[in-house]
Amino acid sequence: MKIIEVKDLQKDFNGFTAVDRVSFHINRGEIFGFLGPNGAGKTTTINMLTGMARITGGRVKLMGEDYTGRPKKAQAMMGIVPDESNLYEELTGLENLIFCGALYGMDKEHRRARAARLLQQFGLEEAAERPFKAYSKGMKRKLTIAAGIIHEPEILFLDEPTTGIDVAFARQIRELIGELHRKGTTIFLTTHYIEEAERLCQRLAFIVRGKIVREGTVEELMKEAQGENIVNFTLGGDFSGAREEFARRFPGCSFKIGKTNSAVSVHSSSAIALFPLVKLFEENNLPVYEAKIVRPSLEEVFVKTTGIELQKMQEQKDRKGRKGGGTRS
Amino acid sequence: MKAWIAFSSILMKDMRSYYLKPPNISWGLIFPVAWTLMFFLRSPVPVAVRDLLPGVMALSILFGTTSMLAVTITFERKNRSFERLLLAPISLNLLMLAKTSGAVLFGVFNAFVPVLFASFMITLSEVNWFMVLGSVLLIAVTSTFLGLFIAVSVSQVFEAQTFSNFFRFPMLFLCGLFIPLSELPVFIRPLSYALPLTYGVDILKTAINGDGVIAVSLNFLMLAAFSIFLFSYSTYNVNRKWIL
Ligand SMILES: Nc1ncnc2c1ncn2[C@@H]1O[C@H](COP(=O)(O)OP(=O)(O)OP(=O)(O)O)[C@@H](O)[C@H]1O
Ligand SMILES: [Mg+2]
Repeated sequence: MKIIEVKDLQKDFNGFTAVDRVSFHINRGEIFGFLGPNGAGKTTTINMLTGMARITGGRVKLMGEDYTGRPKKAQAMMGIVPDESNLYEELTGLENLIFCGALYGMDKEHRRARAARLLQQFGLEEAAERPFKAYSKGMKRKLTIAAGIIHEPEILFLDEPTTGIDVAFARQIRELIGELHRKGTTIFLTTHYIEEAERLCQRLAFIVRGKIVREGTVEELMKEAQGENIVNFTLGGDFSGAREEFARRFPGCSFKIGKTNSAVSVHSSSAIALFPLVKLFEENNLPVYEAKIVRPSLEEVFVKTTGIELQKMQEQKDRKGRKGGGTRS
Repeated sequence: MKAWIAFSSILMKDMRSYYLKPPNISWGLIFPVAWTLMFFLRSPVPVAVRDLLPGVMALSILFGTTSMLAVTITFERKNRSFERLLLAPISLNLLMLAKTSGAVLFGVFNAFVPVLFASFMITLSEVNWFMVLGSVLLIAVTSTFLGLFIAVSVSQVFEAQTFSNFFRFPMLFLCGLFIPLSELPVFIRPLSYALPLTYGVDILKTAINGDGVIAVSLNFLMLAAFSIFLFSYSTYNVNRKWIL
């Protein structure tokens, strides 16, 4: 069943198109990811779906019902975790959760019990009575996620849940997201971390400059990179002299010399049989120390289809994350 | 029922986080006390105390309410927690009412501090308390919505403070608080009638001293009209500017 259906969604800011007729859907129980660089339109899309931004064009549906222009209708079923924590600094962790539950009309006992359970699940029991302002960045993010699911929404929106968070906490947060998924929560996640998207999402879309350039399950997207097989060898000697012979004997393969003359990368459009290669290396007095099959990665697909260097995207974001600022202030 | 849970939680949170905090309670006390002392001690004649009471009450309400909205709205908007409220499944009108009710109550509380002081100096037996309560409530509502109007028109807390002074200080002189309207230059008087506090003070004068100059029903009507206009304009502004 489709929880969210988006058709030709568009957002203009004074003539500038931030989101350009995107269409996608999110199935019940899956994690759907938006992967894209700075300013791609991820947050704007979430804002339009949740009612923080007016829709310029297109339609949005929640559980089959159109709610374009009437977000209040749908908000009760949504949990929203923005890219920056927006809880109340002066309230404790527990009070924050209880308050958020009340916003969704949960009665007193119910929201108390649920808040206590979430604090436990998120490993924040000990900080329950501490004011939010005394939380570390990672703890803040965790509590903000807990606040997003206090009312057990049909769909949870997570805008860059691990950006600007240190590695250990980011890992915990990913585990929590995985756990929510296993318990059946439907999640719309945006990220600029490709490994995160690959690890967590069942389906994802690459979004660049407001447009979805590719969309599909992780396997479907990977297929595009599967045209090429690669094996990297580390040898016990200089390969350059033997290269021609190898090229002659294995016409389907190309041999690229790596950083040193003893590192060789073998590329082929068909499967690479290892034994004959190893045998020839041995015959050339080149002991094989290591052979590594390089799996095609989502990263390659992303770089290929978007033309965006991943590292650049990450560096840009990390700088932004550290400053703690978003595109909007 | 669900809407009521949200409404009361927002109100209670604001009460606890802002209004019942010691600095605010003491502000709520010190401010009227200061005004009371300043005016009443200068004129120890009982009659004068009575004359001054409506003005001091109106002033306490005005300053008490308008200063709070800069915190409960502008500040929360700035640190983004206001977004959480906008994303909650409650109507914008209800949300804005919840965010302003605390200030209204705070204003009412502020109004009765000078009454308490005056009661030590003069007898207040002939006062029409029913009318006092009605006008205090309506002045508190109107001033709160004036504060709301200011709070949603700016984006920084200090702007809200400056902007509200732009309204508050002229009101001190123009609304007949201490200088009767009849003593103001004729060309300024239309301005007085364009400010809500003029009508509020007039009811208080009628209720406390019987010397108001405008019909009570017209006063109530004008205050109600100002409230409705300020509230609608504010929610319109939030809808237009904060929902991008
Ligand atoms: N309120 C606004 N007014 C004008 N332009 C805006 C506004 N909000 C966003 N934009 C622009 O829309 C584009 C998309 O922004 P958005 O915040 O959705 O990107 P994003 O993918 O979430 O990026 P990031 O990774 O930086 O969070 C950007 O070019 C941004 O500058
Ligand atoms: Mg964003």
